[in-house]
Amino acid sequence: MDLTLKVWRQDGPEQAGRFETYEAPGIDEHASFLEMLDIVNERLIADGREPIAFDSDCREGICGTCGVMVDGVPHGPVRGTAVCQVHMFHYSDGDEITIEPFRAAGFPVQKDLIVDRTAFDRIIQAGGYISVNTGAAPEANLIPVVKDVADRAFDAAACIGCGACVAACPNGAAQLFTAAKVSHLNLLPQGQPERYQRTEAMVETMERYFGSCTNYGECEAACPKEISIDFIALLNKDYRKSKSRGRWAS
Amino acid sequence: MAKTTDTGQQATATDTAPRRRPWLLELYGTAVGKKYAMAISGIVLMVYVLLHMIGNLKLYFGPEAMNEYAEWLRIFGAPAAPENAMLWVVRLLLLVAFIVHIHAAVALTITNRKARPLRYQSRRDYVVADFAARTMRWTGIIVGLFVLFHLADLTFGYGHPDFRGHEDAYHNVVASFSRPLVSAFYILANLALALHLYHGAWSLFQTMGWNHPRFNHWRRWFAIAFAVVVAGGNISFPIAVLTGLIV
Repeated sequence: MDLTLKVWRQDGPEQAGRFETYEAPGIDEHASFLEMLDIVNERLIADGREPIAFDSDCREGICGTCGVMVDGVPHGPVRGTAVCQVHMFHYSDGDEITIEPFRAAGFPVQKDLIVDRTAFDRIIQAGGYISVNTGAAPEANLIPVVKDVADRAFDAAACIGCGACVAACPNGAAQLFTAAKVSHLNLLPQGQPERYQRTEAMVETMERYFGSCTNYGECEAACPKEISIDFIALLNKDYRKSKSRGRWAS
Repeated sequence: MAKTTDTGQQATATDTAPRRRPWLLELYGTAVGKKYAMAISGIVLMVYVLLHMIGNLKLYFGPEAMNEYAEWLRIFGAPAAPENAMLWVVRLLLLVAFIVHIHAAVALTITNRKARPLRYQSRRDYVVADFAARTMRWTGIIVGLFVLFHLADLTFGYGHPDFRGHEDAYHNVVASFSRPLVSAFYILANLALALHLYHGAWSLFQTMGWNHPRFNHWRRWFAIAFAVVVAGGNISFPIAVLTGLIV
C-alpha cells in the first residue's frame, strides 16, 4: 500500500519542531507500524537524509519503550495494543497518517518522536518497590494470597510504563501510571508495611511533574494494557489515608 | 536524632521533627487533596440543589403552600435556635462550598495547563472523554453566573419587575418567569447544570475513592438520574409559568 506520513521532526530538546511530509509507497500490510517506519528510515538513509528518531525495544508490546501519537491517539488506532503491535493491515492504500511525540511537561521531547520519561523513574524511586532483606530468595508460596486479590494486583502490575496515559490525558496527568504502580504493591501482603508511606511519596512525586486527574477516562482507553481507572479510586483512597494516618496516634 | 554538622562533629538536635501543618491544610495543598475538596463541596452543593428543587415543587400547590414554606425556611430551627439562625448556617455553608469548589477548580486548571505547555500540534482524537466532562469549566461558569443573577432576582429583588419581598415568594417567582428572556436564561443554566452534574455526580465517586464492583455500574445511572431529576424539576417551573399552568 502507498501511504503519506506527516511526521513531527525536531532536531533537539531546545529546537522548535515542525511537521514534515514523507511518501511511503509499497508498504507491506504485514509490516508492523514500527517496521513501516524502519522502511521509511532506510529509504531516508539511502537518500542521505536524517532518519526519523523513535524509541522501541522489544517490539512485542511488553517493554513500554515505544509510544507515539498516531492521528491524535496514543499508540494508534487499535485498542489495548502498543504501537509496535499495530500492523499495517489496519490501514488502507492512500491513507495519510500523522505521527507526533507524546506531549507533557513531564515528558520533554528529545528528538523527533523520542521523549524523556525520567519523571516516571522518579515516581518509582519514591516508593515503587518493597524493601526486603538480602539473602536467599524466600519460598514464593510461603505467603498465601487470595485469588481475587492476586488477580487484581496482576492487572495493575501489567503496566509497562509507556506513558500513553499521560499522553492521552487532556490534563497531562500521570494518575493511571501511578495508580497501577501503587496498587500492584498495595494490594499484596508484601506491600503492606510500606503501603501508606509509598502512596504518599509516589503521589507527591507525581504531582511535581504532571497534571491532575479529572476523571475523563482517556488514559484507560489509551492504555495498551487496558488498565482500569478503578485503580485511580484506590490510589485516592490510600492517599487520603496516608495523610490522616498517625495524626491522632501518640 | 543526631545531625552531622559541617565540621563533622555530632550535634544533638533539640527539635524532633518539623511541625506539620494541620491535616486538612496539608491535604488541600496537594492536587489529589484539591480534588477531594471539589468532590466534598460538590456533594454539599448537590444536596442543596436537590432540596431546593423539591422545595420549589410547592409552587404546584398554590400561593399559600409556597409562601408558608418560604416563611418556614427563614425560621426553621426555632425555637431551639434564634429565627434566621439556621438560614444563615445554611447560607454560610453554601458560600464556603462555592468558594472551595471554585478555588480548587481554578488552581487545578492552572496546574493542568502547565502540565502540557505545548499542546498537540495535530488534531487530538478523544476516545471516551464525553462532552459533559470536557465542558465542566464552561458549564460551571454558566451556573455560577446564573446563581448570582438568581440571588439578585429572587432573594434581593434587584432588577425584578414587581418584587414583593419575602412575604410573597410565589408572586416573585411567577412575575420573574413571566419574562420569556429570564425563563430562557433559567432553562439554559439548568441544562448547563445537568451537564455539570452528569460528569460531577459520577466523577465524585472516583475522586472519593468509592469504587467497588458491587456498585460501580450504578454510579453512572445515579449521575444520570440526579441530573435529570434536578434539571427536569427546575425547568418545569418556568415552563409551567409560561404555559399558564401556574398564574
